[in-house]
Amino acid sequence: MFMKRHVLSMREFSREEIDSVLDLAASLEPYARGKKSDMMTGRVLALLFFEPSTRTRMSFETAMKRLGGGVINLGPAEGSSISKGESLADTVRVIGGYADALVIRHPKEGSARLASQFSPVPVINAGDGAGHHPTQTLLDLYTIKKESRLENLSIALVGDLKYGRTVHSLAYALSLYGADITLVSPPNLKMPDSIKADLSGKGTAVRETNDLGEVINNVDVLYMTRIQRERFPDPVEYKKVARSYRITPEFLASAKKDLIIMHPLPRVDEISPAVDDTAHARYFQQSFYGVPVRMALLSMLIQGGA
Amino acid sequence: MSEDLKLDEKPKRDDEPKGQKVRPINNGTVIDHIAGGQALNVLKILGISGATDAMVSVVMNVDSRKLGRKDIVKVEDRELLEEEVNRIALIAPDASINIIRNCKVIEKRKVDLPDEIVGVVRCQNPNCISNTLEPIKSRMLVKAKNPVLLRCLYCEQPLTERIAEYLI
Repeated sequence: MFMKRHVLSMREFSREEIDSVLDLAASLEPYARGKKSDMMTGRVLALLFFEPSTRTRMSFETAMKRLGGGVINLGPAEGSSISKGESLADTVRVIGGYADALVIRHPKEGSARLASQFSPVPVINAGDGAGHHPTQTLLDLYTIKKESRLENLSIALVGDLKYGRTVHSLAYALSLYGADITLVSPPNLKMPDSIKADLSGKGTAVRETNDLGEVINNVDVLYMTRIQRERFPDPVEYKKVARSYRITPEFLASAKKDLIIMHPLPRVDEISPAVDDTAHARYFQQSFYGVPVRMALLSMLIQGGA
Repeated sequence: MSEDLKLDEKPKRDDEPKGQKVRPINNGTVIDHIAGGQALNVLKILGISGATDAMVSVVMNVDSRKLGRKDIVKVEDRELLEEEVNRIALIAPDASINIIRNCKVIEKRKVDLPDEIVGVVRCQNPNCISNTLEPIKSRMLVKAKNPVLLRCLYCEQPLTERIAEYLI
């Protein structure tokens, strides 16, 4: 049963709570696709994005509007009270008085937890610096459950595993399902030891390699992430690494038939557009699933369930 | 200069070795078995600065059977509260507290870290919201006591080494 007041970090979710979100999301999917709903009529969601966001902000907005609710936006920080030096605590107290729930993205780690201490209404963390982004993890889990399976899953997390907050939260959540996880990254972007220790502490099998070719035949899910150019002081080294982690239809020739490829997007070069037309590509569905998953969270937090 | 005092025992004025560095106190708190060199940080944790009215004695780097070298802090006419002294365990986990009243030790205990430390240690993550001008105090959850492992309530960054450098 889901009894949370705020959604701040995946670490605060039990497997049962995750399952209850995913089940509700499945029942709300028709509404995400356009079926009429008045579930949130008269309710207002406030979006406080102190950093740019496209998918997360728009999918929250879509989720609320498709359920019949309204949305208010902070707008560009330059024109608001933030530029006058107002604290986040005050902003949250004020806007919490206008809305039934707050969604916040902020460049500082821990900002969503701070917001939850001052907000009179539920707070959803939509990314706090290098910290957490739990709704991304929930939509990733929903995608895996819908398009592959969560039980006995073999998954490869690929790319920047050092700085990518998405893969840290996802690996943690998958450990609750006993997944078999392979970490594929260049040596300088390996997953931090503290997170690996956490996973093995939960009895999760974790393997590491820098060779994507080694794992492609065996996994059910390939979770790609972007390798950022600025992580490499040497541009030649960057090009070499970026090439070796690029997915093409040819590279997928020996993959399992039902392999699915996911990516939190935006992608740059790591998945060739030619892969989009293969049966393996799921990243656009994944992006869409953000809507029913966020619908589920909004209805649970604002109304205590559907 | 060992201060292994027992309850109801008078501080050993006559038994103190000659050349005693700090006289025993009549009333107040003696913090003993502080790791050598940490006495000034203990004062910092207790919020005792040069502005204090209390009579404070600090002895540093005394020979100790248990610790090799130890520091001792005596605060006269002030009985420190349990929550005040427990924070000392952050940097001096072996410290012992003696409350002295009328020249007798009326209470003696070891320090024990609470589950959460508020407003004493700042987070080492420069990008943590607790290191900004927001109207909050730092909050550190105590995950392990020996060795000490703290975790910032806000950004979840762990802090285990060089804790003294992050005292507020």
